[in-house]
Amino acid sequence: MRPDLEIIQQWIQPNSKVLDLGCGDGSLLHYLQTTKNVHGIGLEIDETNIQHCLDRGTNVIEQNLDKGLSNFQSGSFDTVLLAQTLQALSKPDHLIDEMLRIGKNGIVTFPNFGNWKSRLYLASRGRMPVSKFIPHSWYNTPNIHFCTVKDFDALCTERDIKVLARTVVDLEHQGSWYMRAWPNFLGEIAIYHISKNTD
Amino acid sequence: MPDSIPTDSVGLVTPQVYKFDEPLTLRSGKVLPKYELVVETYGKLNNEKTNALLICHALSGDHHAAGYHSKNDSKPGWWDSCIGPGKAIDTNLFYVVSLNNFGGCAGSTGPASINPETNKYYGPDFPVVTVRDWVSSQRRLMDRMEIPEWAAVVGGSLGGMQVLRWAISYPGKVRHAVCIAAAPKLSAQNIAFNEVARHSITSDPDFHEGRYLEKGTYPKQGLMLARMVGHITYLSDSAMRSKFGKSVSNFEQDTAENFGRDLRSGKLNFGLDVDFQVESYLHYQGERFSENFDANTYLLMTKALDYFDPTVDFEGDLSKAFTNSDCKFLLMSFSTDWRFPSERSREIVSDLLKAGREVSYLEIEADQGHDAFLLPIPRYIEALSGFLQRVHQENESDAP
Repeated sequence: MRPDLEIIQQWIQPNSKVLDLGCGDGSLLHYLQTTKNVHGIGLEIDETNIQHCLDRGTNVIEQNLDKGLSNFQSGSFDTVLLAQTLQALSKPDHLIDEMLRIGKNGIVTFPNFGNWKSRLYLASRGRMPVSKFIPHSWYNTPNIHFCTVKDFDALCTERDIKVLARTVVDLEHQGSWYMRAWPNFLGEIAIYHISKNTD
Repeated sequence: MPDSIPTDSVGLVTPQVYKFDEPLTLRSGKVLPKYELVVETYGKLNNEKTNALLICHALSGDHHAAGYHSKNDSKPGWWDSCIGPGKAIDTNLFYVVSLNNFGGCAGSTGPASINPETNKYYGPDFPVVTVRDWVSSQRRLMDRMEIPEWAAVVGGSLGGMQVLRWAISYPGKVRHAVCIAAAPKLSAQNIAFNEVARHSITSDPDFHEGRYLEKGTYPKQGLMLARMVGHITYLSDSAMRSKFGKSVSNFEQDTAENFGRDLRSGKLNFGLDVDFQVESYLHYQGERFSENFDANTYLLMTKALDYFDPTVDFEGDLSKAFTNSDCKFLLMSFSTDWRFPSERSREIVSDLLKAGREVSYLEIEADQGHDAFLLPIPRYIEALSGFLQRVHQENESDAP
């Protein structure tokens, strides 16, 4: 399993209901089903991934996240996941609102554009960063809404979203004390556990 | 039949007849005192009786879903592309049960059967049937066959509606529901097309108020017309263009597209007879159908479609209908199906989600319109196959 998924799964309660937005090949949902007896449904648009989900017995619905989630009832899931998909959405802020309408809590992971490597790339070359992790040029990238850890923190404050937990890791998904100390500078992948602020 | 039986065919099959003497009270309040159901099975029921799979047929379908009845058959059963050893509905894994619904005309009791009370053809006296009535009779058949539960119930179009009815009415009896190219209920446009079909039958002078069999005739023209209209709604514009757009005239060579306007004799005749291939195709389809299908059955089947609305007992809320369903669902729709478009399947998916049910849904790109559910479209077949393989694996892992 992808190490960011390893971190995510710790935040998911046994026997809970999980909606995975952009569930890929269904490996996380399948893992949660078998180890935590989670009732999961995944949304996906890639045909090959959808077939993988069916093959491993994971519920999957062919649905484009950019067309909204109005077919899901408020409060119908415990946790709504959005792993490495935020930056590819046309209205990411809207989708996060929707996640917290549908789920009691949400988990969001995204590549941190504030990472020192991106900063160095842009500063030294003056061009949009292209890396192993973000292997697209600006004109053909599916990633249209990059943000940084600081940006996401600001959005949470603005939308009155409570950050239950935040962790950043590198591309090998290893965390460290210095990443915790300077998350926006050193973290390559940001992982947030969020909920509506009910205080 | 081909010279030798293909290895992925169920081969020669013989239908069986099940007789039911216990009266069946129908949705309309009328009672069918006794009836017969003709059934085909493919594959073997396992010792634990956990691998039975029910096929529900659509409007013009019947029990003969796969294989051949005799070596002289030119074509196999109507869903042979999906049912057989190693196929999506794998008869090496499943015991497949396929029946002709009553009211039909392929062997089960229907309008062309003899009414035991009058010793004449039922004809128009055969009661109006609903999807719910069919599923009630399938439930009885299940008991008679000593099948404790279905590993899956599978159907397309009107068959998909029976699948939904199973999931709603009989929790605990269905583990997986596969509903393909269906709708939660018909739209006004759907009903309108059905009414044109019915009217063409009932206005045929040979209809004789439905008692045509007593007069030794049948409403051939009306049935033909009904089928021609129906057939148009099963195909998409793109399917017709490619089917009837093979030849390219001189001035169209640049575009190689004649919008499906292939000519029958290579030229326009400037008369009122058939000019275009699509016309002669529809005539052929209508004619062949009219020779093999009972007009009263056609009326009943289209009425069953029109009346289908599982929300009537649930304050118009389909999600409430699924409250007690405990099976896993797979729904599929086809991009060019304008009879039951993808939006209709998505309505069902939304209500299943609202009810908290486990559901998978695929929207298959296909040019063939509503007919796609009968055709071997690779992504569709692979999805159905993958889903049913999992059903089989769950069976195996649950076995004691």
